[in-house]
Amino acid sequence: MRPPRWLLGLLPLVLVALTIGAFVGLDTPGLDGRAGPPIEQLTVERTVLKPGSFELTVRNDGPDAVRVRQVQVNDAFVAFSGAEDPIRRLGSATIAIAHPWVQGEAYSVALMTSTGGLVAHEIPVAVETPATDLSFFALMALLGVYVGVIPIALGMLWLPWVRRIPPVWLRVLMALTVGLLAFLAIDATLEGLDIAAQGSQAFGGAALVFIGAAVAYLALTGVGSWLAARRRRQAQVGASASSLALLIAVGIGMHNLGEGLAIGTAYTTGALALGTFLVVGFALHNTTEGLAIVAPIARSAPALPRLAALGLIAGAPAVLGAWIGAAAFNTSVAAFLFGAGAGAIVQVIVQLAPTLRERDEHGLQPRVVGGLLGGLALMFLTGLFVSM
Amino acid sequence: MARLTRRGLILRGAPVIAGAAFVGARSSSAAEHHGHAVAVADAAAAEPHAGHADMHGGFQGAVDHAANGFDPHVILRDFDAGQTTRLASGRTLRTFELVALEHDVEVAPGVTFPAWTYNGRIPGPTIRAREGELVRVAFANGSNHPHTIHFHGIHPATVDGIGGQGGAIVAPGGRAVYEFDAAPFGMHLYHCHVRPLAEHIAKGLFGAFIVDPKDGREDADEMVMVMHGVDTNFDRANEIYAVNGIGFAYLERPIQVRRGELVRLYLGNMTEYDPINSYHLHGNFFEYFPTGTSRVAAELTDTVMQCQGQRGILEWRFASTGRFMFHAHQSEFTELGWQGFFEVIE
Repeated sequence: MRPPRWLLGLLPLVLVALTIGAFVGLDTPGLDGRAGPPIEQLTVERTVLKPGSFELTVRNDGPDAVRVRQVQVNDAFVAFSGAEDPIRRLGSATIAIAHPWVQGEAYSVALMTSTGGLVAHEIPVAVETPATDLSFFALMALLGVYVGVIPIALGMLWLPWVRRIPPVWLRVLMALTVGLLAFLAIDATLEGLDIAAQGSQAFGGAALVFIGAAVAYLALTGVGSWLAARRRRQAQVGASASSLALLIAVGIGMHNLGEGLAIGTAYTTGALALGTFLVVGFALHNTTEGLAIVAPIARSAPALPRLAALGLIAGAPAVLGAWIGAAAFNTSVAAFLFGAGAGAIVQVIVQLAPTLRERDEHGLQPRVVGGLLGGLALMFLTGLFVSM
Repeated sequence: MARLTRRGLILRGAPVIAGAAFVGARSSSAAEHHGHAVAVADAAAAEPHAGHADMHGGFQGAVDHAANGFDPHVILRDFDAGQTTRLASGRTLRTFELVALEHDVEVAPGVTFPAWTYNGRIPGPTIRAREGELVRVAFANGSNHPHTIHFHGIHPATVDGIGGQGGAIVAPGGRAVYEFDAAPFGMHLYHCHVRPLAEHIAKGLFGAFIVDPKDGREDADEMVMVMHGVDTNFDRANEIYAVNGIGFAYLERPIQVRRGELVRLYLGNMTEYDPINSYHLHGNFFEYFPTGTSRVAAELTDTVMQCQGQRGILEWRFASTGRFMFHAHQSEFTELGWQGFFEVIE
């Protein structure tokens, strides 16, 4: 009699569990731990400045538990509370440090561990962290609307014009869109890597950017296929263009989530001045994103509510990003989200790529290449206004 | 030569560490009255421990001095007179026993430092002899690293404690004897002189060596303070500054002195990684005798600076009761542990 199939599938798993159990139960035979002293690795994930105190949230990146025993600020021992217990691997703790800090000055905080090791953390410019109350969330929402929703909505007003241009020039416009998106993908990747390098490496660091990209790319590919299949069943005309517009909106939305995240974080750490320049810069930068959404649906006749929905999908995540960035910033999450934004955009580019080629032609026409380069140049130049 | 065991060495070192009997021995010279204090703010002095961390900085928690095997408050007035025997010539021979030991010290509450020590304490025993006596220091190395003792003083090259011509470097388990005349009178220092020098000294291998003048000094409440740093993370910079081993020890528990009584402080600087250290006394001035080799004070001041290896004797009397701070006048050192209080009582 042949054993059942499920048993064959389960057998290796059971053996793995038994082996691990025996290995642990016999106290790791033949191995006697690490040769050196404990490895202490703490990363400061979040710094909150309140009048008279710093609050540091630290995460243990290393293999061993770490115990914070004393704290120094600018070469002086100071009183603190929190982290009374050892911080276990991947665990985190919040340490409240009493210090009469002065607005605008630089501080160096050092956490002294039980072995005498120092974990140094620089606060380059001390600025009080805004209280995350209702008015603060309202402010972040307003900011998200300014830099995300309004510019994209304005950009989508190009639709009537796009409808009336000849097909050849529409192709150039699509190339311009791809150029814009390519720039955003590069930008999001670099930003994600930058953030990943600063924070905790425990959850993968830079790898999170690429994992995020892969997840978003595959998820959008799956969603795209599903939409296409559904549309085919319903025999809708112009379905592919419509779902393409949705995918672009989602991709740009994920990018704007990252953008909102960066804005929210920069604002709370005092690294960002809210002003005309920032809003105008983002408006110029993101208006082009509106164009990218409407270009593929130029030949169909979308209803106004549908256009509004597309605009919101692309723009509103900036609001959400600003909230997350301001209230619960975490470098690992941020790295993942920036990666996801990049992956989503790459997926959109892959979807758009076939439309750039003339029927029965190999390679790209010079004007299409010009459109691609123009998109990159446009983003580069408008990006200069908002470099943070 | 029998290899020394760590356990045996600790037991041998014990009588030196347990020299607490000196603490109670205070001379009771007549109190001098320097006038009435009119301070209005001395109400705060009534508060014994609370609020230091907020007001003056300090560690979080408390160091377990018993577990360390030494207490800065004991070291403060612990002078090791050694064992004396009269030689045929009529001279006094004073012998001391020092043992190099590796010893984990809680240098701040909850922070362990793998120190190298003489007799299990930082600083090592305060060796005290009288001018003209013959000093014999029997040294045993109970650690896993080679060490010596290099005394500041006037002595033959063969007992200089530097290896080579100055006596051999003492290997782990080895022994050496340093014999020399107690000269000149003053406040001196001793330390290990094995490469790398900074590391051997910074880890705790140093102490005070006092030579009293032939005719002695005026009775006083005598104390010794050796200034030093602790490089807890081995980056060749100090994370903690202290006198007598543990930072903030005299801030958390003030040193009690009597009003009007002469205070004589033997002060030395064994700080590594920073070129200078200093001592500043609040609410008073002291007479300063550099290296203690002259009976005439060099200056009347409230702040004195010492380079690495410099030392001197400070003398003063408190005219009024209350708490008076003393600390390094480098604020960084102060807030990293080198500060304390005198509590003047009637």
